[in-house]
Amino acid sequence: MTDPLVLCIALPLLGAMLVTALPRWAVTLGIVAALSTASAAVALTATVWQHGTLHLMLGGWDAELAIALRADGIATALVLMANLVGLGISVYATGYFHDRIRVRSFWPLWLLLWAALNGLFLAGDLFNLYVMLELLGIAAAALGALTGNRDAVAANLRYLLVGLLGSISYLLGVALLYTAYGTLDLGLLAQGVAASPELYGVNAAAMTLMVAGLALKAALFPLHFWLPPAHANAPAPVSAALSALVVKAAFYLILRLWLDLFWPITDMAVAMLPAMLGAVAVIWGSWRALRAERLKLLAAYSTVAQIGYLFLFLPLLAATPPGPARDDLLAALLLMALTHGFAKAGFFLAAGLVQTNAGHDRIDDLGGTAQRLPATTFAIALSGSALIGLPPSGSFIGKWLLMQGAIATGQWWWVIVVTAGTLLASAYIFRVLSRAFGLEPTPLKFVTDARAEVPALTLALVSVALLGLASGPLWTLLGLGDAGGGA
Amino acid sequence: MLTAQFLYGAAGLMLFVLGLWSFLVHEPLLRKIIALNITGAGVFHVFIAIAYRGDTAPPDPVPHALVLTGIVVAVSATALALMLGARLQDAEEEDQSR
Repeated sequence: MTDPLVLCIALPLLGAMLVTALPRWAVTLGIVAALSTASAAVALTATVWQHGTLHLMLGGWDAELAIALRADGIATALVLMANLVGLGISVYATGYFHDRIRVRSFWPLWLLLWAALNGLFLAGDLFNLYVMLELLGIAAAALGALTGNRDAVAANLRYLLVGLLGSISYLLGVALLYTAYGTLDLGLLAQGVAASPELYGVNAAAMTLMVAGLALKAALFPLHFWLPPAHANAPAPVSAALSALVVKAAFYLILRLWLDLFWPITDMAVAMLPAMLGAVAVIWGSWRALRAERLKLLAAYSTVAQIGYLFLFLPLLAATPPGPARDDLLAALLLMALTHGFAKAGFFLAAGLVQTNAGHDRIDDLGGTAQRLPATTFAIALSGSALIGLPPSGSFIGKWLLMQGAIATGQWWWVIVVTAGTLLASAYIFRVLSRAFGLEPTPLKFVTDARAEVPALTLALVSVALLGLASGPLWTLLGLGDAGGGA
Repeated sequence: MLTAQFLYGAAGLMLFVLGLWSFLVHEPLLRKIIALNITGAGVFHVFIAIAYRGDTAPPDPVPHALVLTGIVVAVSATALALMLGARLQDAEEEDQSR
């Protein structure tokens, strides 16, 4: 049971039970659990790096009954990102919550969310994915409503119901696949789907139900309506987790189904619909972010846009034959997802600090606060430049390869979408930053709060520097050979 | 007995569609929660129908296990939704009495 695959899920779960049983030690135990889970994720990455894809059947049952875990390059990269971001959020949270009830409710739910997240990335069969998806949804909605004010409760109640609808739709798709193939294991199902083109109707119906349900959870336009209020009204560390990680998990599952399971039926024409919606999401989300009055609402709409970019890759992947060009696209897709994870978490953590210091987060009145908090403003600027996609951030390389792929496959119109989205992103980020250069009197005292600012700055810095300047190893982790472009 | 299996499965799909319709159309929270549970029950019906493997063979245990897990998940999610709904109602009553 010392396999890092198991530890990644067992440690946060164990931590969640311990903090529930010993609420007096919640913060200490929570931080220990966060540290050990993040170490397990690093160990997992090292193992996958050396030995390639890992498989594990819990309890030694065969593939039809066992709980299957597996870690390939894509899953490992996301687990590593999620756990490092999780560690940052945990450190930040130790100083964020003050009253006892909040502290005691935050840690069990947060560690449960973390366990579900790792479980989702590492699960190898459709039903475990369903259980993890539900666990994730329930923990996320409960965490989001933690502030207890009316807006937060209403928004997260809606988030919970919408999420439940999404998972039920997914589950019906699972039922259809089980009827047709008699197995839930992803690997066996992939062989079954590829070997039975005559079951096109069942495959297409299952895919539609599952992808539509998950798109609701991933907040793909126009199914994004629940996201901005839910993410903007949650406490800052929770907003960071919801925006950077939870939405990403639903997208990860779509990608898995799309590339591994349904690749025989996901051709160009099918991929066009999600990509078109993604394109509208990029423009609409960025526009709403530009018009947002509150800093956290801006960040939430920016998530809608950033999720849109990820869907633009689907028709490009469908149109590119296997080879280095397709490998680059896949790595670029992942790079965009990872960069957004780090950058958005950093952005929300910094925004939370601004909100606590100013007592509000209305962008137009933030001038004095932005000047009083130099390190926080710097963190916002860094993560903002990663959200725009300025070099040397990871999303610069991601967008570069995306545009390269679009031109190479003759789908030039995506280039317009990416360019417009990038311009809008620069506008909304500079709108925030310009507040720091207003004519307010120079503050007499600068506020620094290391415990909250270090995580925000570190996460922002990773998204800009590490993922941009040293993204080569990602290609190796994905098992794709050397970086073909960009880096 | 194949018709029984078919009827059961088809009834499940109908429940799914009815629940979905009710969820989308009706505004009150309680109706939405009940609609979601009906949608879930429809999916569970489908699972039970596909577990049938003829009169002589025992039913397939895997879908049964899935339904049991699904019920546990549905109960917990319903409980959380009701709790949040009650909290919301309290907040609204407080606003009105002010």
